[in-house]
Amino acid sequence: MTLTRRTIPGFAALFSLPLAWVLLLMVVPYAIMISVGFWTRQFPLFYPDFQFGNYAQILADPQYTTVILRTLKIAACVTVCALLLGYPLAYFLVFTVRSQKLRNLLYMSVIVPLWVSYLLRAYTWKIILGTDGALNSLLVSTGLVSAPLDIFLYNQTAMVVTLVYIFVPFMVMPLFTVLDNIPRRLIEASEDLGVGPFMTFWKVIFPLSLGGVIAGATMTFCLSFGDFVAPVLVGGPDGTMVANLLQTQFGAALNWPLGSALATLVLALVLILLQLSSRLDRAGRVDLA
Amino acid sequence: MTSSPIVALDGVQKRYGAFVALHETDLAIAEGEFVTLLGPSGCGKTTTLRLVGGFEEASAGRIAIAGEDVTERPPYRRPVNTVFQDYALFPHMSVAENIGYGLTVRSGRIGRAERDRRVADALSMVGLDGMAERRPGALSGGQRQRVAMARAIVRRPRVLLLDEPLSALDVKLREGMQVELKRLHRELGITFLMVTHDQTEALALSDRIVVMNQGRIAQIGSPTELYDHPASPYVADFIGAANLLDAQALGGGAFRLAGGQTMASRRADAAAGRKVSLGIRPERLLVASSAGGNALDCTVTERLFHGDRLRVELALDGATRPLFAEMARTAAAEGFAPGSRVTVHADPADVMVFETGDRP
Repeated sequence: MTLTRRTIPGFAALFSLPLAWVLLLMVVPYAIMISVGFWTRQFPLFYPDFQFGNYAQILADPQYTTVILRTLKIAACVTVCALLLGYPLAYFLVFTVRSQKLRNLLYMSVIVPLWVSYLLRAYTWKIILGTDGALNSLLVSTGLVSAPLDIFLYNQTAMVVTLVYIFVPFMVMPLFTVLDNIPRRLIEASEDLGVGPFMTFWKVIFPLSLGGVIAGATMTFCLSFGDFVAPVLVGGPDGTMVANLLQTQFGAALNWPLGSALATLVLALVLILLQLSSRLDRAGRVDLA
Repeated sequence: MTSSPIVALDGVQKRYGAFVALHETDLAIAEGEFVTLLGPSGCGKTTTLRLVGGFEEASAGRIAIAGEDVTERPPYRRPVNTVFQDYALFPHMSVAENIGYGLTVRSGRIGRAERDRRVADALSMVGLDGMAERRPGALSGGQRQRVAMARAIVRRPRVLLLDEPLSALDVKLREGMQVELKRLHRELGITFLMVTHDQTEALALSDRIVVMNQGRIAQIGSPTELYDHPASPYVADFIGAANLLDAQALGGGAFRLAGGQTMASRRADAAAGRKVSLGIRPERLLVASSAGGNALDCTVTERLFHGDRLRVELALDGATRPLFAEMARTAAAEGFAPGSRVTVHADPADVMVFETGDRP
């Protein structure tokens, strides 16, 4: 005990800088945001207050609930698509590719886009899906369609496609790790016990990879949920997401109290989700050793 | 041995690129036998077991199990089950689920009640009643070993493959499990094919031992055959221990050692002039302070205390390699202090002769 007590000053000195960072740039801003959520607005000014009017307005106005539900829907679609794409890819990398070199190369090619500007990656899809874009050029040149189509861009599908492309590495990374950590002996044991590859996947590999599925899905969902670039670049008139709404409240609409309340709601939603995911993960965790 | 073997390897070979893990090998195992593949690491014993289990594809040759050619078949279509070295229990399933795994997935083959009964039978057979609901993570090493056994026998395989089944256990537990293995083999009446690098384990358990070296079978025989009549210096030294002495045959069962001293053997003879290796087991070497028949002059270099026995290291005059002798702890034996001059005797019936061909 005395040892611990004596080490505390040194400990504090060492960690005071990161502590100050967290306090000043995270705790204080959150506190401000949450409290501003209870203020009142009398255009063009805001007055300190403690009332739930902003929350009531968000819940009562279908405009807000529609956008929140749409955001949840799009984030869910992105998560499911990323899982459906990412799982086979991770499985292929871990179990099918024999050469370690090739595996690392392919894995890196999944990760490398993360080093490219996020805006640039989102913008790429505007170029691919646009009326004069790569997809239309291909369709026209192959004669599949006679004139360029404008159905690819500016809709929710385009947003899902773009977000899946941007966030799929966050799905592949944890999946690759968990699959790579499954002892090959367990797969051999399953086959040894008369179970074919298909059922071996469902009974052994998939259950043991659930941790990675949960981690990947959580990251993909939360990142998509808070995205505001894809709606602006490739989303159409019905593509507004929660983050865009927030931006408007703090910008054009000049209603910080409402924006703060909305931000607090979004934060709460994400925290609940993270909590659920970590509980799920803990319940299913098994010791592979 | 019955006329048709339960496992038959016919010219089986395994290559990894240029490296040959197993040279062309023929091996026949009779129904109900306990056969052990014995050798140092990298000798091809595990490769052989994995070829039988179907985890490796043979580069050449055919493998038949119970009269059927299984060379091309995947593991899940072979009538064998394996006890893996690290047990390979499914960590996300209970003990009962692990054992029932091979019975549940192919549902329809047997009913639920039948399955539960067989899982319970297997559990009690390995002495794990009451552990059914535990997770493998909550079991000790010995208990995991038993679960792995139960999981492998519950499907009633024609052949049980055991890959170093006891190597992960501590010494005390290992001896107990040896008795268990022997009992299971007797009660189940199925063929056991075990891989081990531990010669004591192989000698204690097997009906026959296949000694392997560098991807080839060095000798096949019962434990006593291998111990009493090893076919090569390698086998003599691997099964038990052997003092190996380079010598030249003089004819008539007499041999001249490198240092000029002579030894006689009643075991075998070799044409005069041939280079041979003489093998004498440490416990067959009698150390005395006075001269006797068929004796060698030596100097004691070290004396090691082994509880009820003593092990003496000897320098043979004119030889480079030391000799070892083992004896009971007697007053006379305790007198052999390092530096004392002694003679060692060997009964000519205990001197093994190996023709080494061109070896000097």
